[in-house]
Formats: sequence, structure tokens, C-alpha cells
Amino acid sequence: MIWSEEYETMPREALEALQLKRLQAVVERVYATVPFYRRRLEEAGVTPDSIRSLEDLQRIPFTTKEDLRDNYPYGLFAVPLKQVVRIHASSGTTGKPVVVGYTKRDLGTWAELMARSLASAGTTKDDVVHNAYGYGLFTGGLGVHYGAERIGATVIPMSGGNSKRQVMVLQDFGSTVITCTPSYALHLAEVAEDMGVDPKSTKLRVGVLGAEPWTEEMRKEIEERWNMQAIDIYGLSEIIGPGVSIECEEAKDGLHIFEDHFIPEVIDPDTGERLPYGEEGELVITTITKEAFPLLRYRTRDITSLVHEPCVCGRTMVRMRRVRGRTDDMLIIRGVNVFPSQIEEIIMGTKGVEPHYLLIVDRDPQTRLDTLEVQVEVSEEMFSDEVRMLQTLARSMERNIKDMLGVSARVKLVEPRTIQRFEGKAKRVIDKRKLS
Amino acid sequence: MKVEQISVFLENKAGRLAEVASVLGSAGINIRALSLADTTDFGILRLIVNDREGAKKVLKEAGFTVGITQVIAVEVEDKPGGLAKILKLLAGEGINVEYMYAFVERSSGNAVLIFKFEDLDEAIDILNSHGVRVIPGERVYSL
Repeated sequence: MIWSEEYETMPREALEALQLKRLQAVVERVYATVPFYRRRLEEAGVTPDSIRSLEDLQRIPFTTKEDLRDNYPYGLFAVPLKQVVRIHASSGTTGKPVVVGYTKRDLGTWAELMARSLASAGTTKDDVVHNAYGYGLFTGGLGVHYGAERIGATVIPMSGGNSKRQVMVLQDFGSTVITCTPSYALHLAEVAEDMGVDPKSTKLRVGVLGAEPWTEEMRKEIEERWNMQAIDIYGLSEIIGPGVSIECEEAKDGLHIFEDHFIPEVIDPDTGERLPYGEEGELVITTITKEAFPLLRYRTRDITSLVHEPCVCGRTMVRMRRVRGRTDDMLIIRGVNVFPSQIEEIIMGTKGVEPHYLLIVDRDPQTRLDTLEVQVEVSEEMFSDEVRMLQTLARSMERNIKDMLGVSARVKLVEPRTIQRFEGKAKRVIDKRKLS
Repeated sequence: MKVEQISVFLENKAGRLAEVASVLGSAGINIRALSLADTTDFGILRLIVNDREGAKKVLKEAGFTVGITQVIAVEVEDKPGGLAKILKLLAGEGINVEYMYAFVERSSGNAVLIFKFEDLDEAIDILNSHGVRVIPGERVYSL
């Protein structure tokens, strides 16, 4: 379902004219109000009135996560704090978090984009939305919340955690839509089964899943276990939170980016050159409507490619491919680039193991070579009392990893339920290498 | 004629074996015989117990991966050459032993050999036809 026909199906020409008008306005505004941007633009020899076409966007310098940290907490805000009505912050696994702010109008924009997103996944006012994204500084919970309310759906503000209670509520409250991370959707299925509840027996028909990279194989597994559609949603707090792009239920083939608010580009992460449609690289986004925290050419570190062919759903907005990983998730193992999602695909494609895994990267102190250990849980049905069969399983996974990724890994089978489950974003990599 | 054996997947981690033993112990389940197959990463613990269903249930509740496997128990006199005789017989018939372990029965003083073959029925026929005593599960559990 299309929430906003006017914008989501706008002819490209009109859309691009709107983008240019909004881009010019945002450049003018940050030039005048944010010293950081003024300095950057001056250094690059860009004045607001020199932005005459969308092509000129390429003359604007990139903004990076480091820039955001350097200006912690409010340095990049383009409005005085008294106009800011909400603050969110990224999880900040290393050092200080990234702090973002919203004006009243920004919150309206966000709710509108989340309404579009949930509608694109098939949500209507008749739905009961079980929102298991975390409420708090993380943008997931409140982002989904206000979007679902705008649609007029019934929102259950579960937040994360307390999985047994989640299953009980899912069952008793008759939820039809669930919003959480894909790994949590799988975990809840497991918890339900443990409680003797068949996940297929719930009324859930759609999962709007995001906030971490996942694979097509994982989608199949989630859809099968819950007997529901699993829709990929994308966003990041720096840009606005969830609601930057989403798949449509019609095609489930790429995520439509709401281009009337965001201008996407894909660049070569090493050279910074813009890449043509279809080529994979780092996603860069410019926000063109945000008031409190506008970002010019923000390097998201997410790896994807853009598709400009029209979609069956009728939206004219460009699609991005499912995010394959983050440039900073990318592991370099003996010089080979490896994304955890690639290993996940192999694991999910192997019969008899659970979709839970942990990658441990280390460096052999003697040989000074990188080592990759993949811990995978043995599933009940796979378990046989024959050592040989289990070893064959581990060896065949090692062979597949070697064949497909070109790195040697050691697959270690571990007992079911020993790999930590996550309610928010899953942490699946432990890098023990001390690079000095 | 077959015997049901409990198999438990064990990661190579300190304390896992002790945990199995204490789970079974506190459930009042008696271990008749056991063997442990180990690799660098994991082990498989094989157990003959007096209460299979009970053992499976409590181990599963404690979070272990448990399977039930069918094996054969053979009784031989506990004296030199007893095992060799059986193995020679099986080798002569082209029967491959996947794994085996043994224990001595208290009352008779005989040795009980637990065997896993690929084709259990074929093995039972051959053993029977050579007059080897294959003992039924019910007797083994209560030994």
C-alpha cells in the first residue's frame, strides 16, 4: 500500500526539481548556521549559490562519523537547542555516542516517513503492531511507534527484552505486525517453541525487520518459522532513524529510498568517487528536509548498490539493495575482505545447524597469520551420536567458506543455546587481533 | 534384542561432563555403562542408564542435546580371549564395528559388550546363529 501517492510516485523530473530546491535550501542554511559546515564548504570552494544542479552535490565534502564525534554533543545542530524537542543517540560501541536532535517539524517528517514505511510493508489502521524495538535513546522504538500511530494502527509499545512475556503478549493481544531486529525475530520463535507455542499459530502476518544486516536465507527462515512476510527496513539515527528506506510488500526486491527527503549516492569507499547505478559501494546520504540535524553527504559506512529501474509497486523512488554489511563490519582476514553476512549465508544454507553463530578472529602468535573460527550451534535433528557425521558437517562448512570466500576457517560445533542471543543488534564478531 | 543408549553432545569445556553426571544423579538415574568419544572440539557421551526416558527428559531440560541410539549388548565370559572371539567372528562375516565399549556385570561376573553396527539386525542374526548371547534391553537397564 502506498501511503503518500503524491510523493512516492512523483515523476522523476518533478522529484529531481524538488530535490534540487531542497538541497539548495539546506546548503544555504547550514552555511549560515553551522560553523563546521561553513568551514568545510569554504575549504572546498563551495558557496550556497554555486549549487545549481544536483550534479553539484558532488562538489560538497563528505561528512563522516568522526566529524560527528568531534562535534559531540550539539556541535552540528543547525537550530538553537530551544527549538529541539527530542534527542536520540546512537549506541556508540566505541567512545562517545553520536547525538542527534529533532525539531517539532522533524518529528512530523519522521512519523510521516515511518507511516510510509509501515504502509509499504502492508500495515493498515486495522493492524495491531507489536513494537519490540528498544524504546529510549535508540531511534528504533519511538520511530516505529509514531509511524504506526500516524497510520492509526494499534501500537503495543513492548520495547526489547523479557522474551517470554513478548510471546505471551503476541499471542494474547492478537498482534498482526511485529517490528524488531531479524535476529530477535528468530530468537522469539525459539522462545515460543520452548514455551510450547507454535509461532505459526499466532496472528502475525508481517515482520518489519531491520537495524542490522541480514540475508535472504535468514528471511526465508523467519518467514517459514512465523508463517509471515518479512520486510527489510533501513535507517540510521544519524540520518533520522528507521524510515530512510524500506522494501515494498509487492516486490520485496530492494528498499525504496524516500528521495524527497534524502539524496542517496554510492561511492567507492577508498577513492570517494561516485559509482554508477548497480555498482556496489558505500552509501552516502544527504538529508534535505531536516531542520535540527541536517547532514551533507554523510558516509553511512553501509555497503549497498542503487537500482533505478521502476518497481512493480509503482513507486518512482530509487531502490537500494539489501545492505551487505558495514565498511567497519568488514573483516580483513589474511588480506581477504569478508563480511559476516557472507558467512551467515553459508551457515543458513547448511542443513542441521542453527542460525546462530559467532565469528572469532585472532592472530596466531607464532605464524603471525590471521585465524578465523566460526562457532555454530548443532541442532537437535542434526545431532547424531556418530562423531564422524558431525565432523563431516564441520569440514563441509569449512570447505564451503574456503570455496566461496577464499579464506580458511575453522568451524567449531557448539552446544545449542550457548551462543549469546541479542534483543537489539546482534554482535556476531569478536576480533581479538592486536594490530600494532 | 536392541538396547537403547543415550547420546549427549558435549562441547569441550571444563565441567560439562560433571554437569551431566550431577543432573542424572539428582534425578535418581543410575548409569550402567558409559563411554566418551572425543575430538578436539567436542565429545559425545554414550550412556546406558536404568531410565532412558527420564534421563533424556532431565538432560534436555538442563539444555543438553540428547539423542537415543540403538545398540546391541552381548554377554561373554570375563576371561582372556572372550572379546577376541567375538570380534574375529564379526570380522569373518564382514561386519564393521562402528564403536564399542564394555563393562563387567556384578552378579554373574560376565563381561557385557555394547556394540554399534551399521546394520543391527544383520549383526543380531549372525551373533545368534553362532550361539553368542545377545541380551535384551530390559535386562541391560536393570543390571
